[in-house]
Amino acid sequence: MKAICFYFQIHQPFRLKTYRFFDIGNDHYYYDDFANDEIITRIAHRSYLPANAMLLDMIKESGKKFKVAFSISGTALEQLEQYVPEFIDSMKELASTGCVEFLSETYGHSLSSLGDPEEFAAQVKAHDDKIQELFGQKPKVFRNTELIYSDDIASMVAAMGFKGAITDGAKHILGWKSPNYVYASSAAPKLKLLLKNSKLSDDISFRFSNPDWDAYPLTADKYIDWIASTPQEEQIINLFMNYETFGELQARETGIFEFMKALPRFAKEKDIAFWTPSETLQKLKSVAELSVPYPMSWADEARDTSAWLGNDLQNEAFKKLYSISERVRLCDDRKLKEDWNRLQTSDHFFYMCTKHRADGVVHSHYSPYDTPFMAFMNYMNVLSDFIVRVEEQYPLSIENEELNALLTTIRNQAKEIEELNREVAMMRTNILKAEEGDMEPIKAEEEKKPAKKPATRKRAAKKAE
Amino acid sequence: MFGWEFPPHILGGLGTASYGLTKGMYDNGDMDITFVIPKPWGDEERSFARIVGANSVPVAWRDVSYDYVQSRIGNVMDPQLYFDLRDHIYADFNYMGTNDLGCIEFSGRYPDNLLEEINNYSIMAGVIARTVDFDVIHSHDWLTYPAGIHAKQVTGKPLVIHVHATDFDRSRGNVNPTVFAIEKDGMNNADHIITVSNLTRQTVIEKYGINPDKVTTVHNAVEPLSEEIRSIKMQKGKDKVVTFLGRITMQKGPEYFVEAASRVLAKTQNVRFVMAGSGDMMEKMIRLAADRDIADRFHFTGFLKGRQVYEMLAASDVYIMPSVSEPFGISPLEAMQMGVPSIISKQSGCAEILENVIKVDYWDINALADSIYAIIKYPALYNHLRDKGLAEIDTIQWKKAGAKVIDIYHKVIGR
Repeated sequence: MKAICFYFQIHQPFRLKTYRFFDIGNDHYYYDDFANDEIITRIAHRSYLPANAMLLDMIKESGKKFKVAFSISGTALEQLEQYVPEFIDSMKELASTGCVEFLSETYGHSLSSLGDPEEFAAQVKAHDDKIQELFGQKPKVFRNTELIYSDDIASMVAAMGFKGAITDGAKHILGWKSPNYVYASSAAPKLKLLLKNSKLSDDISFRFSNPDWDAYPLTADKYIDWIASTPQEEQIINLFMNYETFGELQARETGIFEFMKALPRFAKEKDIAFWTPSETLQKLKSVAELSVPYPMSWADEARDTSAWLGNDLQNEAFKKLYSISERVRLCDDRKLKEDWNRLQTSDHFFYMCTKHRADGVVHSHYSPYDTPFMAFMNYMNVLSDFIVRVEEQYPLSIENEELNALLTTIRNQAKEIEELNREVAMMRTNILKAEEGDMEPIKAEEEKKPAKKPATRKRAAKKAE
Repeated sequence: MFGWEFPPHILGGLGTASYGLTKGMYDNGDMDITFVIPKPWGDEERSFARIVGANSVPVAWRDVSYDYVQSRIGNVMDPQLYFDLRDHIYADFNYMGTNDLGCIEFSGRYPDNLLEEINNYSIMAGVIARTVDFDVIHSHDWLTYPAGIHAKQVTGKPLVIHVHATDFDRSRGNVNPTVFAIEKDGMNNADHIITVSNLTRQTVIEKYGINPDKVTTVHNAVEPLSEEIRSIKMQKGKDKVVTFLGRITMQKGPEYFVEAASRVLAKTQNVRFVMAGSGDMMEKMIRLAADRDIADRFHFTGFLKGRQVYEMLAASDVYIMPSVSEPFGISPLEAMQMGVPSIISKQSGCAEILENVIKVDYWDINALADSIYAIIKYPALYNHLRDKGLAEIDTIQWKKAGAKVIDIYHKVIGR
């Protein structure tokens, strides 16, 4: 018995508008609404919506045997809610079939896992709350931004209570091993790993309509034959791809939708099932532990993090961004938090990549900027304004620890006051009861209370100094 | 090769490019190059090409002795060549203003009677074509096209013309009909046309109606800097310095620089702007800077030459070339060699080959200002452009450009 595990990524960044340095400190709106609206609407209509309809059909036709998983970033969800609300409804409908699993990731599709563990945890929580709110599911399997993964990340993810994680079956990690098994992290053995089968995934998402490819045209029976002909012991084929594959990367005219629709029928003939990631992790045991000392991803030729943090521009922007993260977490300004999430999106760093040749083409294809330098300049201008705003709330002249201490004091005091208030209220009711019953001793205790309050305040003030 | 300028006595980019290309071709080996210029000074580098001065080529017979020739022009030409040339005078040009050696005088500059000099240059070319043995004629820029055509008519050898600029670039569209006619005639007669950028290639094809098949782009390159130049270090103050360096003319877009400067200064202090060079728009620019109320931070140096140019670059943090139309534009390459991050207009030919520079539309003052601001405020960008720019510039070599030109030669010769 073999199984296919489908997982689709949906992500869109909030693209920034042209933001000049003289806007710093004056203009606090950073986004290119027109482009964002245009792009998400186009992709949703060409790809997401018809693909959702397709999946729904497939699930129904297969008698709920067909299953898939999604990872949708918070920034994509926000845009979809705003510009294509019908997509959210269609997703809810899919979710209600019970054949769709939602994966966990960072809210902003961020690189926080590479430099800011605290922010990372906060983002994951924010994302999962959003999924719970929209689709009523609590994600159990984690998938990091662009499948970035390392031992360090594994430990953090395991600590958050996830049973499994999804990452790339990069050659330099696997070596001779096959991605068609469940593995475990060597850093956190309880965390199981699902690895992308790059060859079979890319056959669909990149090569499907390429007439120069020797396997062209790809048909569903041929594809299922390939999967069926993998060694008997290899039980799980992980097909991970961008959801845009359907209708955008591979246009509707290429027959990609028909290809997908035909898969379950041929799969059934060969006795191949469809599992969600959670199901896979339940059913299969890990065969070995994988050690990944340096972060890897599914991007570019190198399959590492150089697409986002490969040059000094990207590193500088990254450093600057996370240098204020502690500050931002202290703020509760909703707008500031929202911008903070959106500025962390990995795409902004992707646009600053200065690689050439094949990788460079991919980068410039997605980039709204002419050159990586423009991307850097624009981003840094926006970030400068953002930092100005954070500073206005909490001046940088105060040390983080000091600020933290002050805030803790304030919060503690708030708690204390709340508690005391509650006590007072309780006393009052007691007094009322007592007056009714004419009970003296309690009244005496009530008199003691106001005297206690100033004392605590004094103590708190001392802490604040 | 027919040229008009040759280092060290140069007036613009033409001389530098002619020199670099010739040397680059020589470095590819198996090349015998004769380079004709109007007026050599005797201090030209001659290791890779035979420099012939047009003002030492006799067009009228004079009975002079070897020693006399040696004493008159020995510093620029081998007397034997003079006598060889004298044997090939093809008509009596005594009615022209010739000197005691039967040669025509040339200024070697761009005088008011330029058209006359161009004509004289072409007369002289007839003598050289009959004397010197060669396979290909190569004419640099329109001034020497008539000479090239003449040499082709005399010998039947293929003519390659090298378009370093067209009159459309120089005049922002107000083309001088005489110049246009000379350019067009040269292009029609050429067996192949080399342009310094695709931008220029497009102009040649579209404005001059030339068949695209015979127009090829060979981008310019730069000579590596000498150790002496590279070691120039200038004392840097606390102010950042943004530099414009070039002729202050309409073509170079100086007004966009001033406008961008005023926008930067509105937001940040600690930055100074320098406009180095001279030209017919200088006075206007001084007034514009005063009008924008930035004269205290906007400086004019006047014309810089030789080492001064590199000293200016060494003292700069940003180099800017907002040219409205630039066939190639070699100066940003020089700035990069000196480790100065550069901002260039997309309308410059060199934008086609340079990676590690910032490219903006010349009219987009906001983008210009933003780029300046980013380089001086974000050290990562400054460092990246400096280091990657230095590495990049090392790969842009005249030898490669020379090889491309040699390929074109082979094509026109038919082997």
